[in-house]
Amino acid sequence: METLWFLIVAVMIAAYVLLDGFDLGAGIVHFCAGRTDSEKRQILRSIGPVWDGNEVWLLAAGGTLYFAFPGLYASSFSGFYLPLMIVLWLLILRGISIEFRNHVDNPVWKPFWDGGFTLASALLAVFFGAALGNVVRGVPLDASGYFFLPLWTHFGVQGDVGILDWYTVLVGLLAFLTLTMHGALWVTLKTTGELPARTRRVAGFAWTGVLILTGLVTFFTLRIQPQVWNNLTTRPWGFVFPAIAVAGLLGVLRYSHQGRETDAFLASCAYILGMLTSAAFGVYPYVLPSNTNPQLGLTIYSTAAAPYGLKIGLAWWIPGMVLALGYFVFIYRHFAGKVSLEEEGY
Amino acid sequence: MDSALALHRFHFAFTVTYHYIFPQLTMGLALLIVILKTMALRTGEEHFNRSARFWGKIFGISFAMGVVTGIPMEFQFGTNWAAFSKAAGGVIGQTLAMEGVFSFFLESAFLGLFLFGEKRLGPKGHWWSAFLVFLGSWLSGFFIIATNAWMQHPTGYRLGPGGEILLDSFWGLLLNRWVFWQYMHNMTGSVVTASFVMASIGAFYLLNGTHGNYGRTFVRLGVIAGAIASVLMAVPTGDGQGRNIARYQPVTLAAMEGLFRTQEGAPVVLVGQPDMVQRRLDNPVEIPRLLSFLTYQRWMADVKGLDSFPEDLWPDNIPLLYYSYHIMVGLGTIFIAVMLVSAWKLWKGTLYASRRWLWVILLMLPFPFIANTAGWITAEVGRQPWVIYGLMRTSQGASMNVSAGNTLFTLIGFMGMYALLSILFLFLVRREIEHGPEPLATPEPEMAVKR
Repeated sequence: METLWFLIVAVMIAAYVLLDGFDLGAGIVHFCAGRTDSEKRQILRSIGPVWDGNEVWLLAAGGTLYFAFPGLYASSFSGFYLPLMIVLWLLILRGISIEFRNHVDNPVWKPFWDGGFTLASALLAVFFGAALGNVVRGVPLDASGYFFLPLWTHFGVQGDVGILDWYTVLVGLLAFLTLTMHGALWVTLKTTGELPARTRRVAGFAWTGVLILTGLVTFFTLRIQPQVWNNLTTRPWGFVFPAIAVAGLLGVLRYSHQGRETDAFLASCAYILGMLTSAAFGVYPYVLPSNTNPQLGLTIYSTAAAPYGLKIGLAWWIPGMVLALGYFVFIYRHFAGKVSLEEEGY
Repeated sequence: MDSALALHRFHFAFTVTYHYIFPQLTMGLALLIVILKTMALRTGEEHFNRSARFWGKIFGISFAMGVVTGIPMEFQFGTNWAAFSKAAGGVIGQTLAMEGVFSFFLESAFLGLFLFGEKRLGPKGHWWSAFLVFLGSWLSGFFIIATNAWMQHPTGYRLGPGGEILLDSFWGLLLNRWVFWQYMHNMTGSVVTASFVMASIGAFYLLNGTHGNYGRTFVRLGVIAGAIASVLMAVPTGDGQGRNIARYQPVTLAAMEGLFRTQEGAPVVLVGQPDMVQRRLDNPVEIPRLLSFLTYQRWMADVKGLDSFPEDLWPDNIPLLYYSYHIMVGLGTIFIAVMLVSAWKLWKGTLYASRRWLWVILLMLPFPFIANTAGWITAEVGRQPWVIYGLMRTSQGASMNVSAGNTLFTLIGFMGMYALLSILFLFLVRREIEHGPEPLATPEPEMAVKR
């Protein structure tokens, strides 16, 4: 039962990264590819009707984590206090930048929110990556299952670590480039005119960076977190997850060259999914390893809620998700195809 | 008091108070927008569609504010209240997760359609998108109230061997006795806010002589909905909520009413200042015996005062509790009076021309926000010293691994951020109000005939 809920939470977080990931990527692309106001509006319109729903995956995943693994929720949210608060501020900035930009047609107003949108999106991508890096590296848990990390200390991965060290920053950069690629592919898929040619180039540059950083991050991860290699060797079927990532990454290159925009975007989804599942598989059954004493690491068993709650949770989670997926299919179909600027929202 | 604990408390209080300015408006507005869309479908008049579109814009801005200030709330259970979350997450995590799964997905998906899809959906489809946004936001309200109700009056749980709180009955959690009246009272309160805002802006247009018939429509709908909701606020929802408090939190009732001494024929205090040193109420203006009657339906019933309870069970800020409760009730009474007079003038047909009364309606604008906020302060300060009533004290719930310095840092950050958000919100809403609904280019035939 604990493993099942571990999978459910992992799937929900993955859905968040895939969906809001392209919103964040669009925010980054907005800066480097959108030149005219109409192009910028096209980029915003490509995520306008869906970004809020995409962000809900973060809330739903957070809520599910809260009730299924209260111990993990309490420990990690309080221990990662500062970065989480900064993420909240960035989510606020990102949200209002998208929503309020087009309310006033003014040459000072719009660039201001354009800047806010890109800055918040880029930093969010880095922070989410760094957060994943922290989970993989482990944190200094005490015997009661709590810890507290400052934002940074000496940037080393040993001893008195902070949220940001060279390893987690590297993962953050990988996340930044990955979401840039992901968002660029999305915008390519949704827009017309000169814009998609430019975003395709952005995706190409980002792809090269992703390739190099994936190699580096994998190399260092195996050195920093021995649990990953242990899990892979004891359960060799787990190699399927990195294989998905590699296939996805190659797929992006191949489909982009062939001009198959939808397939290229889906391949990018596969790459992200492969990377996230590899990480989850790598640390399982830990959900928050300890970097000082492996015995103190939080596992799904030590942090899960009581069996009754987990059982009853399934009874509403399944129909709830079926409904939610229904809305998503409906709304993505409704807004399928290239965006048109003729029908403005309000 | 421990300074880290005080900061954690103020951190949550500040962010949640600010957040709830927006949902109380959007939940009520969602209902009023559905009513406008229904009138558009029924009458076929474009006038109502344009009214709905105008309020949709105000709704969109407020909703965005509610979303961006709401996300921090879900995170703060873990960041600032880790011990509480670890102990109670298995119970209240259920309702919070259900809110995400059942209402946020619904709301966000159909809000996108409501705002961006009117042409493609057609009139009926657009009505449905408005209705589903309404449903989503009211469901969201339910799950939050169910969470709060459990903290006010925990049910459906048992204690594990190590004292941990385990969910024992899912329906016990959702159908808690506390939920029903609290939910009704709260949602009616949000309708009060939205209808006062609508009436107020309508009055503004009428006084200004701008935006033609829209002023009349807004005043009419605002006054009718506002009159019904204001009355429902007192009876039965406020009364029901009050009885729950009398039954399950008698010490809170005594503190709210400023009743220091247990007495037969206890009075209702209209004005007065609690003096916590002398343990008495200064300068009281009272209605004798009314509290006994309202609580027990007997004029001479015995009502327990604070002296009947050990001091460590008293709410820790009695003056704040007393004032917020009295502000809520006082404003609620004024709302009923103003709305009943308005409804009477509307029925007689003199409201639109009565400039003085339109001024009164206009100036009511901020007060429902104050009354709703005061109501929530009453509920939350009244629950003290407990975070889960009778089960866990607030002082045991905070994140002790997060230092006062870090909490103060983020508190200041939120204050700065929210100050900017407020300016932005007022600026954008003012623009929309000034701009108003789109005028009808050519009066529609039936409208022309009516004039």
